Parts: sequence; structure tokens; C-alpha cells
Amino acid sequence: MCLPQAMAGTIPEQFTRWFAAQGWAPRRHQLAMLDAARAGESVLLIAPTGGGKTLAGFLPTLVSLAEAPRDGLHTLYISPLKALATDIARNLMRPVEDMQLPVSIETRTGDTPANRRARQREAPPNILLTTPESLAVLLSLPDAGSMFAGLSSVVMDEVHALAGTKRGDQLALCVARLMTLAPACRRVGLSATVAHPAAIRAYVGAERVVEEPDGTPPDLSMMLPDGELSWAGHMGLEAAPRVMERIRDAGMTIVFVNTRAQAELMFQALWRLNEPTLPIALHHGSLEVEQRRRVEAAMAAGKLRAVVATSSLDLGIDWGGVDQVIQVGAPKGVSRLLQRVGRANHRMDEASRAILVPANRFEVLECEAAMLGVEARELDGDPPRPGGLDVLAQHLLGLACSAPFRTDDVYAEVCRAAPYANLSRKDFDDVLMFVENGGYALAAYDRWRKLFRDSEGRVHVRSERIARQHRMNIGTIVEAPLVKVRLVGKKRFGPLLGEIEEYFVNLLRPGDTFMFAGRLLRFLRLHENVVECAEGGTGEPMVPAYEGGRLPLTTNLANRVRGLLQNPSSWALFPEGVQEWLKLQKARSRMPGRSDLLVETFPRGDRWYLVAYCFEGRNAHQTLGMLLTRRMERAGYAPLGFVATDYVLGIWSAEQPRDVAKLFDQDMLGDDLETWLAESSMLRRTFRNVAVIAGLIERHHPGAEKTRRQVTVNSDLIYDVLRRHQPDHILLRATRADAAGGLTDLSRIAGMLTRVKGRITHMVLSRVSPLAVPVLLEIGRESVRTQDDEEKLLAEAEAIIAEATGEKEPPPPHRGIPDRSGVKTIHRPNQTRRRTAQTTLFGT
Amino acid sequence: MSAAAPIHLAGERLMLDPAGAMFWPATSLLVVSDLHLEKGSSYARRGQLLPPWDTHATLDRLTVLLRRYHPRLVIALGDSFHDADGSTRLPGGELARIRAMTDAHRFIWIQGNHDPTPPNGVGGEWVESFATTTLTFRHQAVTGANAEISGHHHPKAAIPARGTSVSRPCFVTDARRIIMPAFGAYTGGMDVREPAIARLFPWGGRVFLLGKERLYSFTLGTLRA
Repeated sequence: MCLPQAMAGTIPEQFTRWFAAQGWAPRRHQLAMLDAARAGESVLLIAPTGGGKTLAGFLPTLVSLAEAPRDGLHTLYISPLKALATDIARNLMRPVEDMQLPVSIETRTGDTPANRRARQREAPPNILLTTPESLAVLLSLPDAGSMFAGLSSVVMDEVHALAGTKRGDQLALCVARLMTLAPACRRVGLSATVAHPAAIRAYVGAERVVEEPDGTPPDLSMMLPDGELSWAGHMGLEAAPRVMERIRDAGMTIVFVNTRAQAELMFQALWRLNEPTLPIALHHGSLEVEQRRRVEAAMAAGKLRAVVATSSLDLGIDWGGVDQVIQVGAPKGVSRLLQRVGRANHRMDEASRAILVPANRFEVLECEAAMLGVEARELDGDPPRPGGLDVLAQHLLGLACSAPFRTDDVYAEVCRAAPYANLSRKDFDDVLMFVENGGYALAAYDRWRKLFRDSEGRVHVRSERIARQHRMNIGTIVEAPLVKVRLVGKKRFGPLLGEIEEYFVNLLRPGDTFMFAGRLLRFLRLHENVVECAEGGTGEPMVPAYEGGRLPLTTNLANRVRGLLQNPSSWALFPEGVQEWLKLQKARSRMPGRSDLLVETFPRGDRWYLVAYCFEGRNAHQTLGMLLTRRMERAGYAPLGFVATDYVLGIWSAEQPRDVAKLFDQDMLGDDLETWLAESSMLRRTFRNVAVIAGLIERHHPGAEKTRRQVTVNSDLIYDVLRRHQPDHILLRATRADAAGGLTDLSRIAGMLTRVKGRITHMVLSRVSPLAVPVLLEIGRESVRTQDDEEKLLAEAEAIIAEATGEKEPPPPHRGIPDRSGVKTIHRPNQTRRRTAQTTLFGT
Repeated sequence: MSAAAPIHLAGERLMLDPAGAMFWPATSLLVVSDLHLEKGSSYARRGQLLPPWDTHATLDRLTVLLRRYHPRLVIALGDSFHDADGSTRLPGGELARIRAMTDAHRFIWIQGNHDPTPPNGVGGEWVESFATTTLTFRHQAVTGANAEISGHHHPKAAIPARGTSVSRPCFVTDARRIIMPAFGAYTGGMDVREPAIARLFPWGGRVFLLGKERLYSFTLGTLRA
């Protein structure tokens, strides 16, 4: 690597002057990026946040255009966030204006007006900033070839956040296309520090890697309550007074929480304590976009003292002036914690300050493990999974919409995208067949095929109408059915506040109160798919929760927690209450080991409990719970329900579970899994996403813009029919592949079962162990269901209402069967919670 | 074998079947509504290549009911085909199955908004609506009508239970009418709280949600928003 002095000569004089005028000097990695550009090499820049990464990505483009001004598209910049693209464009204007460079810069996102979009196609700017979705639309247009032919570089920002996701698959396919259209184009990836740099390098296709060492290590501390540590709960609201103190003592704080529901609750808890009425705002993904933009603008302008935020603020531009980050609740992963911590003090030479606030005693262990992980810089993240076949289907139709193609050429091009490097020709052909005619064994749709092949074997889209329809449906983000929330005053039309999930709306009766957008709202009515509500109200408010709002604990952090538990010499790190708790566990039962699996069984009341200390994260535990209860049913233990946390799985049953090792046998992943998966709501949800992305089900149909977010047909019904008649259909294969890594986390279960084979330690106890207390306290807080459970829930609801209305006598109490309805209380991610205390709100 | 639930309308005893059909034992009459046959190919024609087995699946379910009840008369309450040309797109095998049904039973197709014209070559009778001495069968409920059996709305209801909600297709009934759930394999639903359905039941009513083996009954008032 060249020395900065040696390279300083390569930067044009006006740039040197500009840097000096800012009081900066070009950083080593910024110069290295210039060097890579001069060598014509594709490059991956890995640098911590605050490292001037974005400028490093653009510097070669600015220099090149300053030296040789030209018309047409030079650099394409792709960001995962629309807002980021807009902000970067604004920041980039500064050096361009200061130095009066002959460089035109524009953004193009879903929000760009149609006339500007049309102009951009005729006369593209030198630098176009966009998102993966907008790029996919551009590439599906007939003039894609001419628009991109002269492209010199494509810059992929926050590439670590895209690789391994469906949006990342889409981007990789688009970039492979760009490389066909403009073979001389350089790829530039900008990434935060990652666990798998080789995989990110392959994703970018970089010939060179420029790494900027991490800046000053962050200054992390843990904030513990004065009294006893909570045994359970994840909201951490009792910490609000201490969080408020820290906010008061600092300039600007971001309070990160893990779910949107937690954000709402924490925001309100803080405002109740906000005597000096400090400007404290709320930011999460379900709030109206304008509302979020206002909060971000206020942050950037330094007008706020604190923002309570979810992962909606994990990425994005430097807000500047953030003095500290407070993470309330479990950090879940080292990388995630680092990303969040990096939001404070976005300057490399100063330590970022962050405070961790565990919400319960297990989270104390997790916070401690995460701090050690940060110290050791042990990042987490699984190596990226293979690209999704649904994304490929969308992409192939897009290609055909742009221009006819030969299948061999496109297969070779697709395989050049890293996520599809190992794509088999059969899968490719099956996906293409799906796009062409649905790929059904019953060749029913020959008349309506979307593609046709000409005499030379080139694939064409059948009609311009199909192409238009396709472009309306490009994108890989599929949202759950959402309903807008509108605040209505006396005159019916008030502002939109954001969106909540449909299931939550079904729980609301007129007069019910709920917390949303930092307000206490009273439900009035559902009108044309909009929830209308008024401010204020009485009664216990509910808090809407969202699918997928919670991330599971990473494998890496779980290992660290296990390691801490196993090693009593490390317990000194913990507060006294936690130490005592662990010592007691050791005396009463034993500690979970690093490579074994501790399973405790004990009676309590008239039930038996089985607690397995798997540490594989909630998603995996949930799947495991479903599978184990099936086996326990067969073994005659009469399981009654289960609850899953990030750390353990707890199952309760009427009979004593005995042969525990057999329960955990690897063959669990055979037939049981197949039967359960087929019926599982998670697979249905996964299928819905796959079907929408692959274009089987359209989100938007010309002339039917009313139901924008809602898919036009019920995907569950389609799933049932397809599963019955063609179980090996390409979309069902894609669904199973997705589910294995996603909601069901099968890969983690499989890994665990292999690891613990022959190493299951079964402790038969006479009563609950200290370590099992938290999971027992979780019981009843949350519940989920399978298809069968739905029937039980309906039966129970029917019986309760009949009793209440006097239509039926209540059944006589049973002894020995505690749960007489037989309804399993099973873990549901993101359960709605009723607050126990009456809530009063500021300003209401 | 699933358990049908008896209800009374205009003095007649009618059995609501959890499969989403209604049987009138006194006249040996089986009613199904909104089959939406060939919905898959209707979508395919417009560019959404849904799996083509929906007609097959719907007829399979209807066959089970015909074997169970051996009805003398079968009424399909309209929207039997997803669009006016639906019957012309029937795959040969499915057309033959329908013909066998219309040969074996007296079969009445009631006109619906999706199928405003008589289907082609499927047999049976084609009528706008059908009335017996006590009951009237039509596709879409008429405000103020009495003793009426209709379909059209694809009613479904969501029951709050344990902090979540369970949503299923349902029958909606009061002393004057029954609205049938949709029977077709690809037919979604409309919430009974929507004004289009709710205004037909100004004095309340009951819903019967379809379950695997039985119906679940709730008053309309407990759902109303």
C-alpha cells in the first residue's frame, strides 16, 4: 500500500485546497480509493462509521469529472435508504459547488416526480443516486442499454446491510446486468466492519480491499437499577428515571430500543418524567414518513435533546452532535450494538459513548457478553445465504421487459452475481419457466404465457402491457397487511399518524384506547381501511406490535453468554444479585455448558415443566417448541404449551417427561418437521413474500391503485392449492429454502442437535431452578398459535362469550387439568401487551 | 364427519355445514355460493399466472358434499364462474365433472354479477333467482327482503382471542336472511363489519365461522365496530 505522502501528488490541486479549507486532510483510505480508480480496479472499502466513507466513494468520480468533464452517466450510487440517497446528494453538492466542478447530481427514487424521471432517462446526470428498486426499474426499460453504456462506476453504500438480504440479491443481479451493459464499469462497495469480509468482497466483486482500522474503541458501560434486578420482562421501563437523568446531563442522546411497541412505551415513560420539557422525539418504522423526516431534520439541526428510536435509525447519514447512545434492553448482537454505538460521536478520533440498560437479569449477562464481544471485536453475522429464486424470477422478467435475451447469456450473467454463483442450470430453467407460463405440471396457461421465444431462441416479453404491469410491481420488500391511522377531530379529516397491522385493528372495539405515534388514542371506527381515532380516552391502552419486530440473539453472542455462565471466575463481572442467582443455580441444579445441552424437568402445581437451555434465539426455540410438543404428545407426556425466549425453551405438560435424550434426537428434523412446516403459519407467511416477489401475486394492478399495499388474492388459498397439486413447484422450493434460514431458523436447530448429540444433561429436580424462573414468568405473557390452535381459540372464545351472556353454564372445575380449554399458550412474536397501569399523557 | 348446525328461517329447518354449504333436509336441497370457478385462468389472462387447479379443488369439495347429502336439488347462488367466459375456459376433465353433477342432480345456476350470462354447456338451469313457497334464493341480498338466502359478499369475521385474532369465512344470519360464505378455492372474504354487510343486519344477528369440523357461533354485536 502506498504511503499518503507518495499519493498526495495524485490528488488535483483544487481538491487539496478544498480539503484544507474544510480544515481536513485527505484520509489514507480516501487516497487509496483514488489509487484503485486510477488502476481501474473494483474495490471494497471497509471502514467504521464516521470514517468519511461516502466521500471516499465519490472522490474518484469527482476527480475524474473535474479532469475530464463529460455528459452522461458516470457514476451510479445505490443506497439502501431513500432518505440516505437524498441526504448524500445534498452533502455532495457542497464540494461540487465550492470547487465549481462541472458535475451534475440527481436522485431517483419512488418519490421522484414522473417528469423528472422522464428527463433523467433522456439526459442522465453525471451522478445518479438511487435505491436497488429504482435501479431495477431503470434496467427493465427499453433504453437501459443506452442509458448505462457509458457508466464508469457503480457505488454500493452500506453494502454490509444489503448483502444476504433479498434487496441485496436484487442489487447483485442488477449490478451483473450493468456489467454486461458497461463492461468497463468499476464496482465500489462501502461497508462497515463485518464478520465475513471475504463474503462481502465476493459480493462486490472487488479486486482490491481498502481497510480503515477502527477508531478509538467505544466507551461502553452498563446501567443497573438500585434495587433488585427484574426476573423477566423486556421493556426496561423502570429504568426511565435513570435514562432521563442521562438525557438531562448530555447534549443529544439516542435511546435505542428493540421494538416499536417498546419505543412507544419508553417514549411515554420519559415524557411523564420530563419536567423540564426537554425536546424528546420518537422515531420508528411505522410512523408516517413525513413525521420521521421532521424528526431527522430536527436532529440534524441540533434542536432535540433525545430521540427514542428502533432500528429505523440504525442506518443513515451522520446526524452529527449525538453525544451518547443508550441501548435499553438486550443488544442481541455485537455488530448491531457497534452499529448503534457508532451513531454517537461520529468522529473517528473520539470514543463513542454508550450506556447499556438491561431490562432483566438474563439481559445483564447478555450486555456483559456484548461488551466483551465489542472489546474483542468479535463481530457476528452468518455468511450470506444463496440468492432467492423469487428475486431471480422478478429479475428475469425485468430483463425481458428491457430487451430480448438468450438464455445461455443470461444464465452466465446471473451466475456472475455472487449470491447466484452456484445456481444450477435446472433451477435457472425452472425459474424462467415459472416466469414464462407459471411452471405448472398442468400446462394450462400456454395461451397466456408472459414470455415467448423467437425463431432464434431469444426470449421476449409477450406484450408491453405485461412489461408495464411488471414495472409497477418491482421490489423485494413485502409488508404485512397494514392499515393507516388517522387522527380525526371535529371535522373528520385530521393528519395521518402512521400504520398498524391489520390483526391489531381486529382487536379494537370503539372506545378502546391504544398508544401510537407517542399519543394516547381512542379508537372510533374503521372507515375505508383507515383507522380513525381521537386523542385521549380512558382504560388500559394497548400497544400495537409488529411482525418480525424482534431480532433473535446472534449465535456469536449466545456462545459468549454460555461461556460466561460456564466459567465462575468471570462472574465477578456481574452485579451481586446476578452472582447470587448463578451460585444458587449451581447449587440447586447445574450450569449450562458450552457444548452440552442442559435440560431440567421439575413438577410445579399440577404440571411438569421441561426447560431446555439451548441459547439459539427465539425463532429457533419457537420451531423447536412446536416440534418437541408433537413428540411429547406421541410419547404420552400430554404437553400443554410452551414458551420461547432468546435463551431457553420452556414446555409444560400433564405427565412427567422421562426419556429426554430421545426427545431431542436428530430425527426430529425428518417427518415431524415436514408435517409441521406444511401447516405452519410461518411457511404461509414466507410463501406470501415469495409469491409477491416472484410476481405470482401482484401488489399493484393498473386501475386498482386503491388497495396499494394489499395483495390482490389471498396467498394462503393459493398456497393450499399449490401444495396439494404440485408440492415440488419452484415457488414452494423457494419458500422452504427461505423458511429454513428465516422465521423457523432451522439451520440453528440442526446445528444444535448435531452438537449436543450424546451430550444432553437431564437434571430431574424437585422444584423450579433459579435459572428457570425467568422463563416461567414469561408464561402467559405471550401466545401464538398453529392452525390447530386457531380452532381451540375459537372454541374458547365462543364458550366464554356464551357463559358471559348466560347462554351456557360454566363447566365444572376440573382437577389435574389446569388448562381446561386445552388452548396452548404458545409464544407469539410481538404480542400485544396491555399495560397494567393507567397511563396519563403529556398534553392530554 | 363434520357436524352441521341447524338454524331456522321462516319456519324452515336448515343445516349449516362447516364446509361452507347449506342443506335443507325437508326439500333435499343443497346450496353453495360464489364458486368463482376458473378464477385462476381469469387472473392468468391478465398476467397473474395463479396455479390452475382452483376449479379442480372447488369441485373436489363440492363432490364430497354431494356424496354426503345426496341432494335432489343443488343451487349455486351466483358468481359460479369468476367471469362471463369462465365456462368456456374449463379444462375438459372439469367440464365433464360438472356435467356429471348436473346430470345426476337437478342443478340450478343463479345469475351473479361475475357471471351475468348463462354458462356454456355445463347443463342445469339458469335463473335470475329462485323461490320456493317459503324461501327466496338470490345472488345478492336485497334490503328489506324476508326469508332470503344469498351470497355475493364473501363474509368473513375476525374473533379477538387471547390477544390475537382469528379470521374465518362465515355465515351471517338473522331472523330474515342468511348470507352464505364463498365456496370457491380462491375466494377471499369481506369483514362482516364492513357497511356493505353490516347494513343488511340493522338489528344484529349471528355469525357462524367455518371450522375444520364444526361451526363457531358469535353474535354480530360482539364484533361490531
